[in-house]
Amino acid sequence: MNESAPLAVELRGITKRFPGVVANSDIALRIRRGEVHAIVGENGAGKSTLMKTLYGMHRPDEGEILLDGRPVTFRSPADAIAAGVGMVHQHFMLADNFTVLENVVLGSEPTKGIRLDRAEARRRIQDISQRYSLGLDPDTLVEELGVGDRQRVEIAKVLYRGATTLILDEPTAVLVPQEVDELFGNLAELKREGLTVIFISHKLDEVRKVADAITVIRRGTTVGEADPRTTTAKQLAEMMVGAELPTPQTRTSTVTDTPVLELRGVTVASAGGRPAVDDVSLTVREGEVVGIAGVEGNGQAELVDAIMGLRPLAAGSIVLGTEDIAEWSTRRRREQGIGFIPEDRHRQGMLLEAPLWENRILGHQTRPPSVKGAFIDRKGARTDTERIMREYDVRAPSPDTLAVALSGGNQQKLIVGREMSAHPRLLIAAHPTRGVDVGAQSVIWELLKDARAEGMGIVLISADLDELIGLSDTLQVMLRGAVVATLDPAALTPEELGGHMTGARDTGAPNTSVGAA
Amino acid sequence: MSVLRRLGNAALAPVLAVAVALVISAVVMLAIDVNPVDALRVMFDFGEGPTQQITALVVILNRAVPLFLAGLAVAVAFRAGLFNIGVEGQYRMATVLAAGVGAAVTLPGPLHVLLTVVVAMAVAAIWAGIVGLLKVTRGVSEVISSIMLNFIALGTASYLLTGPLRGSAEGASIITTEKIPESGWMPSLNGVFDLFGLANPPRQLYGFLLVAVVVGVGVSVLLKRSRFGFDLRASGMSPSAASASGVDARGMVVKTMLISGAVAGLIGMPDLLGRDHSYGTEFTSGLGFLGIAVALLGRNSPIGIALAALLFAFLDRASVPLQIAEIPSSVVTIIQGTIVLAVVIANEVARRLTRRQAERGSVVAPPATGDGSTGGGQGPDGGLPPDDGPGSATGPGIRTATGDAGRTDQPQGAGA
Amino acid sequence: MSTAMATQGRASRGDLTDRLFGGSRSRRLVFGLLGLLVLFSAVRVISGEQALTSSSTFAAALLLAVPLALVALGGLFSERAGVVNIGLDGMMILGTWGAGWAGYQWGWGGAVVGGLVMGAIGGLLHAVATVTFGVDHVVSGVAINILAGGVVRFLSETLYADNPAGGGVTQSPPVSSKPPSFSLPLLSSGPDLLGDLEGKHWFLLSDLAGLLRGLTHGVGVLTVVAVLLVPAAYLVLWRTAFGLRLRSCGENPAAADSLGVPVYRLKYTAVVLSGALAGLGGVFLVFIANIYREGQTNGRGFIGLAALIFGNWRPGGLAAGAGLFGFADALQLRSRTAVVALLLLVAVLLAAVAVWQATRRKLTQAVLAAVFAAGALVAFLTVDELPPGIVSFTPHLTTLLVLSLASQRLRMPKADGLVYRRGEH
Repeated sequence: MNESAPLAVELRGITKRFPGVVANSDIALRIRRGEVHAIVGENGAGKSTLMKTLYGMHRPDEGEILLDGRPVTFRSPADAIAAGVGMVHQHFMLADNFTVLENVVLGSEPTKGIRLDRAEARRRIQDISQRYSLGLDPDTLVEELGVGDRQRVEIAKVLYRGATTLILDEPTAVLVPQEVDELFGNLAELKREGLTVIFISHKLDEVRKVADAITVIRRGTTVGEADPRTTTAKQLAEMMVGAELPTPQTRTSTVTDTPVLELRGVTVASAGGRPAVDDVSLTVREGEVVGIAGVEGNGQAELVDAIMGLRPLAAGSIVLGTEDIAEWSTRRRREQGIGFIPEDRHRQGMLLEAPLWENRILGHQTRPPSVKGAFIDRKGARTDTERIMREYDVRAPSPDTLAVALSGGNQQKLIVGREMSAHPRLLIAAHPTRGVDVGAQSVIWELLKDARAEGMGIVLISADLDELIGLSDTLQVMLRGAVVATLDPAALTPEELGGHMTGARDTGAPNTSVGAA
Repeated sequence: MSVLRRLGNAALAPVLAVAVALVISAVVMLAIDVNPVDALRVMFDFGEGPTQQITALVVILNRAVPLFLAGLAVAVAFRAGLFNIGVEGQYRMATVLAAGVGAAVTLPGPLHVLLTVVVAMAVAAIWAGIVGLLKVTRGVSEVISSIMLNFIALGTASYLLTGPLRGSAEGASIITTEKIPESGWMPSLNGVFDLFGLANPPRQLYGFLLVAVVVGVGVSVLLKRSRFGFDLRASGMSPSAASASGVDARGMVVKTMLISGAVAGLIGMPDLLGRDHSYGTEFTSGLGFLGIAVALLGRNSPIGIALAALLFAFLDRASVPLQIAEIPSSVVTIIQGTIVLAVVIANEVARRLTRRQAERGSVVAPPATGDGSTGGGQGPDGGLPPDDGPGSATGPGIRTATGDAGRTDQPQGAGA
Repeated sequence: MSTAMATQGRASRGDLTDRLFGGSRSRRLVFGLLGLLVLFSAVRVISGEQALTSSSTFAAALLLAVPLALVALGGLFSERAGVVNIGLDGMMILGTWGAGWAGYQWGWGGAVVGGLVMGAIGGLLHAVATVTFGVDHVVSGVAINILAGGVVRFLSETLYADNPAGGGVTQSPPVSSKPPSFSLPLLSSGPDLLGDLEGKHWFLLSDLAGLLRGLTHGVGVLTVVAVLLVPAAYLVLWRTAFGLRLRSCGENPAAADSLGVPVYRLKYTAVVLSGALAGLGGVFLVFIANIYREGQTNGRGFIGLAALIFGNWRPGGLAAGAGLFGFADALQLRSRTAVVALLLLVAVLLAAVAVWQATRRKLTQAVLAAVFAAGALVAFLTVDELPPGIVSFTPHLTTLLVLSLASQRLRMPKADGLVYRRGEH
């Protein structure tokens, strides 16, 4: 690293305000050419906003951006792309119905007159794919690609446009440890070719493994720089949050012998040929947390839908307590004691443009305190909403506030409070702390632990391996719709779990002892 | 927020839209050498003398009643996220068949009227139900199917009118069904004028006005206060959230269309029972599309729809004095048309403003807790700006196995 | 039934089935069309309704299919860019008015320009409402339809009420000139060999002759141009960079935006273009009647949209849909008794569907189809002539039935109907 060369990217005093919130305040960033530089901070700290500024998706209110020592202004992503900055988004920006080729060249198509020159595009993409070992076939429909491949298409997109500085926004959020290693291999190739990589993450161990330098952001402002070789994860965490981070750990076992949910041979069909859920059998007992691990898209969502009655069973049975509920409607299942914390709260968990008290009713609109006979009990619902807001620490001005006004964490706390208030026998918690700040996250973990202690059976689905390992009494791993391993979290490392999740590990004899930590 | 402030917020968009539409119409009028002020004056000219004025009032109210019912029918579907554009066909089918049945039977007064109304509601409900069924069983867009059914309804009604249900002689220029006997007539409300000592106008005020009010109240209660109404509105706000909460999406579509159709069936009743007593080639048409306009202007709420219906009725009535004053009466259609477009834009702008206001207004200072964890109030991370939307991974990835096992965060006031 | 596995990995379903239904897509298409022609021919012979396959019917079908196809093309551009355009009927109405008004003053050339411009204005309004203000697409479309109706009434009243050239509140003065037309030299004019063959009423051959003659006799130059717009649309949307970018707005506008594609501008372009195309469809309606008349569109804006959906948002498909619905439209205009013959056709088709569903073990659907088939057959046998009221909605009923049967396998552009606001995705 040449210390006297101009910095590849420098941000000075960047400030960005949105209505009601200051997302970035006086940020300073110094990135040298040819290094892998990580930007860490927790959810909501302002990292993504900062990167959007660097990529030209919006203009900063104050401050300046310098590339290779020269100040630049970006009016749109097109300007940033022209300046050699490429962004690989956390949520992939790909058109499913287009091929890899169409997705990569969109906006910078090679043309012969007005005709699109597909042959030239194909040649260029294959060239890039070989050079950086991406392994892409230009004519595959993106819809058919898995998560790792899609990410590589995103990387190809920026390389195709001649990016010399790549921004990767939370690239490992959807990857298992093995895929993360693959990605880091790709990054090493990029570095070798002289490119600069900016890496946004909150996964401190990974960051320390791959980064050459780290900048920590907290509450919208730069806290400081750190050298990964000399800083521990714990120190980084403290810089990120200002205190040590909580971990989800359960200690005593509260598992009883009474099963609350039994799935036998559950199969759910899918549009393609292969079933989305393939002959899954598992049992959840009172006081037990059954964690379901798996790379997204391996049937967990469909399994949840099947238990909730949102998808029909092609085969198998679902027994709640002692009754087979396969024919029951969603409403009946909820009334009979299944609570649901959905994976996507905006889509399935709440009515964004409705006030909180109406959201309290949602999912429970056939029982008190929400209803009186055939009518909605407005007063009862409002009073109960106030109670939930108190007990579950939901921060909002009043029960009349629209749900859209709350932060992700508060929305989630409301949902958890609402579901718990119905005292369900079984709780389906799908990614319960996704997109939620650290404070709310620890609250929710406590709530789940308390519920478990009171005898609730919980099905926990999560992509956060620590959450899974920390909270579960037993772990089922799903791959391609089937349960491929049953594991004891007490003696499990995330790497081993990741191996099972990607099928790299032999399932062998399942480790089924459910023990205390 | 005080009631007044909320009302003000709700009314802002439609009022603004009407104002904008009037301005645009004024410009159009100037372009054709019409003085907009003159036109406005003529429209507000209710005539001299109490009799003429009350007559004008009666005409407006009589026109507003079917418009109100049409808006209500469309609004019920809108609230559930469905577009019932087939209201036109539904009410025409309903009216022709109800007229036929009404003419064919003789029953004591109230029963006769009741039968006619019930037939109308049933026919329209079934006609609308077809749309719902096609949507849930075959996935056909309700917009296109209801429009196709409109044409089918008009054609069928025309066939029935000239064929089996024909009441007029051969060769008549205006064809109608058989006249309904007097027991099937809706009494008028002109007695009210006598009660208040006002002049009794030559026009009869529709008794169906009372029925319409009752229906409006009923729909309002259904939507806002009943469990079914909650399910319906939830389906309109977020179909996926409604399904996850237990609403049967397909059943809801069909039930909504049935209810919307049933209300649509009432649209032709005021004119049928109160004035024409038969369905014919000259029967009031176009109420279906005006109903859509009224529902949009009234923002899908019964009170708003009532006011919107009065406005449109007022404009419709104005076409007669305009013609007398030699101003082209289709100025009224321009005003109505521009109102519709302005209102849909204004509604959308208002919705976004409200949402943004809500997001802004909820920034709450985090409490001074000692453990330093960030509260939820420091800016929404679920709304604007979309910093970490759904799908972002959670929490720090500290891979400590047994270390730090002693830490469990104190929840900030979370209940046990 | 043979049990040999075909080498392409597709199970053989028996020799006859394979021969009829197997093979490549284009081969199946040709066979399907041939089968349809045979069916039509048979029905014609049985019912004696010459109008079913006469050249005048086919000529009318072409004439009426063109406005539908143009509207559908408009819908194609708009929806491929992600904007649902229910207002196409309103834009068509504006187009008819513009064609009438410009046509009586400046001839058929003026009519074309007038129709295009008026339709484009309607498109612009829809674009402003949906793209700039983010109004729900269907709501905006319905509003445009209502507005268009009011506007043309107002303009007619203002401009035609005391106009010496003629016209009135609901119609314009007649268009002053007609666009040129031509016929094929030997086959459709002069010795008119095809006409001869058609007159012989032979099974299959005469029907084919009728089809060919209908498509080549007295065909307007503009009609040919309009037909060529269909493959042109394919080339633009699937073979150019502009087309790729436009389609990306309808698949994932956020992705397109992040790559510097001007999403708002493309949506505007697409919607204005769709309005112009719908307006052009209206121009053709005016040419058919030689005059603008209120209510001329008769719901064709929506039928065209249905053709787009039926065609799975592709140019070839929408052309087929337009042809089908245009044929239904032409038949009901030409001969009310021929529509009765259609019932026999429907009966046969439904019977085939019933058999097919039965072999797939979908018993309820098979029984339903069989019942309707029987009903259609009975109707055919007992009814001589359908009353005008009923016949008038033949095209609309056809549209409804076709959509009901076909809706399940369709795939709209992924972000179609999505209200896209930059920064919110």
